[in-house]
Amino acid sequence: MASAVDTAVRADFVPEVLGRGDYQIIGEIVADGSSVLDLGCGEGELLAWLEAQRNCKARGVEISPTKVQKAVSRGLSVYQSDIDEGLADYPDQTFDYVVLSQTLQETLKPRDVLHEMVRVGKNAIIAFPNFGHWSARFSLLTTGRAPKTKHLPYEWFDTPNVHFVTIPDFEELVRRDGLTVQKSFFLRGDRRITYRPSLLADSAVFLISK
Amino acid sequence: MIVERKSVDLGELQLDSGETIPSATIAYESYGELNEARSNAILIQHAFSGDAHAAGVSKKDGATGWWENMIGPGKAFDTDKYFVFCSNVLGGCSGTTGPGSTNPATGKPYGLGFPFVTVADMIRLQKGLVEHLGIEKLLSVSGGSMGGMQALQWAASYPEMCASVIPIASTHRHSAQQIAFNEVGRQAIMADPDFEDGNYYDGPGPGRGLSVARMIGHITYMSDDSMREKFGRRRRQMSDESSLFEVESYLRHRGGQFVGRFDANSYIAITKAMDTFDLSLGHASLGDVFEPFDGRFLVISFTSDWLYPSYQSQEIVRALRGRVKDVAYVELPSSYGHDAFLVEAGEQTEIVRGFLASTFKKLTPVGAAR
Repeated sequence: MASAVDTAVRADFVPEVLGRGDYQIIGEIVADGSSVLDLGCGEGELLAWLEAQRNCKARGVEISPTKVQKAVSRGLSVYQSDIDEGLADYPDQTFDYVVLSQTLQETLKPRDVLHEMVRVGKNAIIAFPNFGHWSARFSLLTTGRAPKTKHLPYEWFDTPNVHFVTIPDFEELVRRDGLTVQKSFFLRGDRRITYRPSLLADSAVFLISK
Repeated sequence: MIVERKSVDLGELQLDSGETIPSATIAYESYGELNEARSNAILIQHAFSGDAHAAGVSKKDGATGWWENMIGPGKAFDTDKYFVFCSNVLGGCSGTTGPGSTNPATGKPYGLGFPFVTVADMIRLQKGLVEHLGIEKLLSVSGGSMGGMQALQWAASYPEMCASVIPIASTHRHSAQQIAFNEVGRQAIMADPDFEDGNYYDGPGPGRGLSVARMIGHITYMSDDSMREKFGRRRRQMSDESSLFEVESYLRHRGGQFVGRFDANSYIAITKAMDTFDLSLGHASLGDVFEPFDGRFLVISFTSDWLYPSYQSQEIVRALRGRVKDVAYVELPSSYGHDAFLVEAGEQTEIVRGFLASTFKKLTPVGAAR
């Protein structure tokens, strides 16, 4: 899979630069020298890594001006925009990969975003928190209140998450809309799991194409 | 940093109108050193009423440059790393040929007889300066307001000659509102009885009209918030026991100051150039204009700028996205209105510094940097 050099790079990358399992997977999926658009790129940690280590043509969209400032200050080509609108101007199949990491549940029209991602990108990489994790199910069942867990820490009235999506929900939408799952990864913390992901994974990463 | 204005006669200049200026002089200042590869040159464009004195302390009168907070050692446009230079626009009145210059055909100032100039003409003259300095490719062209329009024109006119462009609080064409304010300014000047159809160089000149034009300008550069904070309803006692609102006193002061340093005919010529500037004119779309440009863009706008609102910057960004160009864009929060591009140095500094450093790095082969 990965060369010794790659592994060494990745060892730094995961805990120090990114510290997120889904970023590690994205780093593995994205091929050297490819073009990547990161939606909701924050301060551009992933993009900076992809540019430096994967020689990628890296672009990003971010809605927070302070985060865009940080990203541009580190030399990245990031522009301030809403994801729901930020893709409209790009021609079809502009990027090799369009990445949406931990943001799908915050978009107003996730289905439109998904379709825009596979229009603008040859591949879409989507990482999202699994709202069907056992702790959320348990919490709802036992307390009768909107789940508030380690992975879903927000109060219902003060959450950025406007769409609650589980792993089977997402798979169903992809199937229904005629898209193809190229790869899928399921994470418990930063560890990959394969056993009963819809119950045990706290997040999922999908590689989707048209 | 003590600086001195230089000027160079670039000879005949062909204008978009078909006319020519037989002998066009351009005034400029420079800061920092050009490296051996001549790859570290940054051209700064001044706004409507600015001049070539962008940074440092003028040897002539001790005045500090208009972008002193952004240009200098260790600043956003770091003169320890880059060769930064700024020239006065064609049609201006601070050393570059303009309506106040002597028309060689008559031996008198051009006045309103000065040919109609465009932003593209300004850049054509400037290209002569860039070549004169022996620079093949600029690391960046940057400026705010009309300076941003000139930066955009560079990307359109000479795309192969600039590695990056930084238009700040700018637009690719004026809106009706922007034209309207300029027209009020021009009318104020022309309504002054001392305007004499532009041939006022032997007389007192249209100081009152020019002052009113400037007062209007200053209102558009601020915001409701910044004016409330700066002036509120405070009053200032005058010597004759009357009183003026602070804002009245400020505008009068600024208007009067402007008359001392600006030529009314330049006001008319430059605002006309700005109003007629339309980068997409003659093209199917704005994107077409940028198609040959292969460099990077950094577009900056400010939340409270109602004269050059963010939507104008976003139009540029969208056109660039449509052509998959390399573009960064940020809308900075500020309460200073259009003046923000001159005032908000802190946040702009980080952004511009990072953008320039990465552009310079990409431009310079490893090992060749100096």
